[in-house]
Amino acid sequence: MNTTLKVMRFAFFDLVRSRWMIVYTLFFLLTTAGLLYFGDDPSQAALSSLNLVLLIIPLVALMLAMNYFYYTRDFVQLILTQPVSRVSVFVGQFAGVALPLAGAFALGSGIPFAVHAFSNPVRSGLVVTLLGAGVLISLVFAALAFWIGIANDERSRALGIALGLWLGLSIVYDALMLFFVVAAQAYPIDRAMIGLSVLNPIDLSRILVLMQLDTAALMGYTGAVFRTFLGTALGTTLSIAALLTWIAVPVVLGLRTFRRKNF
Amino acid sequence: MVVVDSLSKRFGRLQVLKDVSATFEAGKVTAVVGPNAAGKSTLMKSILGLVIPDGGTVTIDGMPTLGNPASRARVGYMPQEPRFPDNLRVSELFDFVQDLRGEHPSGLDALIDEFELRPHLAKPLRVLSGGTRQKASAVLTFLFDPNVLLLDEPSAGLDPVASSRLKDRILDERDSGATVILTSHVMSELEELADEVLFLLEGTVRFRGTIQSIRDRTGENRLERAVAHLMTNGVAA
Repeated sequence: MNTTLKVMRFAFFDLVRSRWMIVYTLFFLLTTAGLLYFGDDPSQAALSSLNLVLLIIPLVALMLAMNYFYYTRDFVQLILTQPVSRVSVFVGQFAGVALPLAGAFALGSGIPFAVHAFSNPVRSGLVVTLLGAGVLISLVFAALAFWIGIANDERSRALGIALGLWLGLSIVYDALMLFFVVAAQAYPIDRAMIGLSVLNPIDLSRILVLMQLDTAALMGYTGAVFRTFLGTALGTTLSIAALLTWIAVPVVLGLRTFRRKNF
Repeated sequence: MVVVDSLSKRFGRLQVLKDVSATFEAGKVTAVVGPNAAGKSTLMKSILGLVIPDGGTVTIDGMPTLGNPASRARVGYMPQEPRFPDNLRVSELFDFVQDLRGEHPSGLDALIDEFELRPHLAKPLRVLSGGTRQKASAVLTFLFDPNVLLLDEPSAGLDPVASSRLKDRILDERDSGATVILTSHVMSELEELADEVLFLLEGTVRFRGTIQSIRDRTGENRLERAVAHLMTNGVAA
């Protein structure tokens, strides 16, 4: 446990000092502030921000986490020659990378909303859900990046897999889903749609946020299905649980590979 | 004492270690020699736990190493090419490893002076020459009062002063009871340091004995010739 914290602290401060993390935080700060300033409705701003979050976070989390993983490979090797367990090194590294990523988003997006809330009515439930969804999706993609990095010694190959995964989950998956809905419109496919959404963490976070809105039905098919079939409370619980599973599975798989890896 | 029992390791199609068994005694320097790609570094890394063997066991002072990081607590390892994070400074590296282990040995200053690292403490590791990096690696190797030393071509790249200080250190540690396992291609170094030689070829132990016994066996008087003889003609010759 102690080792985990020390490794985590080191990675955390190493990353927080890097230029990329500052740029990443400023990006959310400026776009969120801009959306709030130029739009007239904070809920509208939250929704616009959601679309940005769902596109940018997975990509940046994958790239930054993977980059850091390769950048510190020699260092990890040095740490492993010391009397420390592989599990604590892995968990420490992962937490040290995932937490700054999630924190950069939470701070960058949270501060403008908090400032805005002083003088304007803001639906805090919606904003908190948006921030929570962004944090969860950061952790999901950082975990996936680590797993891919550990399983592939070749950096360019890992990068290719990561980009493919991002394209697949953020664009191709939705297109296939739409195709499926159109093709199967004669059949009751609502439950199948719930199952399909759970398989995509990006969809899950979108649903999580949209369920906070009365207009969920207008914002997309799966959101409507979740709301009508499960209700907001159960739907929210289910999507959070599914997102947590999306974090746990790659972490466990990555850890398994890491424990058997030769350095 | 380090005991290696029927260790085997395969990387893809390449069988790097085949059923290697050996005992490395305390208070002795055992040199692992063999041609390039004979499995020397893999053997070192397997003892350390950086490489996970496919079969076989390693025990350090009676403790099995697999899944037991505590067995590494008194092992000093000097890799062939030490690689450190680029942006870390030399002093930060020492601080981090001490912090990680929760040990702050009093011998650090003496080691820094011994390997003449004081002028480099504030420099990032990325700007150091290969030899200076090797010195930083040497400091870490000897810092935590090791009982077992795994030295993978330790003097490669070191200047004569540092190299002879390193050798003195190694002999000191041996005399105070450490188990020293060393690889080297520099024969004069082996003659100076090695009490015993373990000859590794294509992942198997082909020969084990003192330096004198290699000479006797091959009929070559110079060690370099004798080892070359072993490498080219095999042990039977």
